[in-house]
Amino acid sequence: MLNTINSLDSLIFAKLEVGQQFYWQLGNLKIHGQVLITSWIVIGLLVVVSFLASRSIQRIPSGIQNFMEYALEFIRDIAKNQIGEKEYRPWVPFVGTLFLFIFVSNWSGALVPWKLVKLPVGELAAPTNDINTTVALALLTSLAYFYAGFSKRGIGYVAKYIQPTPILLPINILEDFTKPLSLSFRLFGNILADELVVGVLVLLVPLFLPLPAMGLGLFTSAIQALIFATLAAAYIGEAMEGHGEHEEEHHE
Amino acid sequence: MDPLVSAASVLAAALAVGLAAIGPGLGQGNAAGRAVEGIARQPEAEGKIRGTLLLSLAFMEALTIYGLVVALVLLFANPFAG
Repeated sequence: MLNTINSLDSLIFAKLEVGQQFYWQLGNLKIHGQVLITSWIVIGLLVVVSFLASRSIQRIPSGIQNFMEYALEFIRDIAKNQIGEKEYRPWVPFVGTLFLFIFVSNWSGALVPWKLVKLPVGELAAPTNDINTTVALALLTSLAYFYAGFSKRGIGYVAKYIQPTPILLPINILEDFTKPLSLSFRLFGNILADELVVGVLVLLVPLFLPLPAMGLGLFTSAIQALIFATLAAAYIGEAMEGHGEHEEEHHE
Repeated sequence: MDPLVSAASVLAAALAVGLAAIGPGLGQGNAAGRAVEGIARQPEAEGKIRGTLLLSLAFMEALTIYGLVVALVLLFANPFAG
């Protein structure tokens, strides 16, 4: 479809490719290599920064430790607001991992000049630019909230499917499928749309004009990371919250 | 690709994202207007209102993005290309 646009490609401009993958063969599986490369870089960055921040913990934090403590408090507040004061603590690592990985991935797509690295096929971009990454994250969220529900309420968790009335059973079951679907499509669509908008603008006017769109892209990517983490925490909190416990939660 | 299929796909892609923009447009306008009202009535709550507004705007935007995903599938990964 975009043959005419692709023929304009030069050294610097992104090629506006969608669906062109750099495949790695692993046994019988074909793996999207460019996504793995960028994910590893993002993971490496996060590990290095966390290591540096927690290497020598001071009582009065300064520099990078201060920054990471701020990030931790931010994530803890997300979890606390959605899951509740009593249960949120074990879920902070999960919610925080989701938030940090998505946030750094999204921003790396806009801030790191991936496109300067030449691949045989396709091009490097944010890991969340690929539907497989976002579906994986969304399915992990599904698993997490099922685990949370069953571990907190045992087999009584299935009772929520016939609440408030058994007539809603099909809709309640459908909801388990639409949750990961909407989570993954929201993230994937937003990131891909950002990159496409910037790509098209760069193609039309290569200088200065794309900057506001890139700024907007940074903003929406940050909001998307926040939304993904908030929703994951909300689903987990919803799965754990029993019907008898509403009252005592209001007391606090 | 069959020219009829590609013509229909391009039209469908345009309609998908265009129609999907209507509802969220109305919703976002409504939400932003109410938020401005709220801030005018209670300027001290501005921070909280802004945060909630941004979060809900992003949720509404997701609906258009679903249309966009359908449009992108039709343009770049058409299942009927055969």
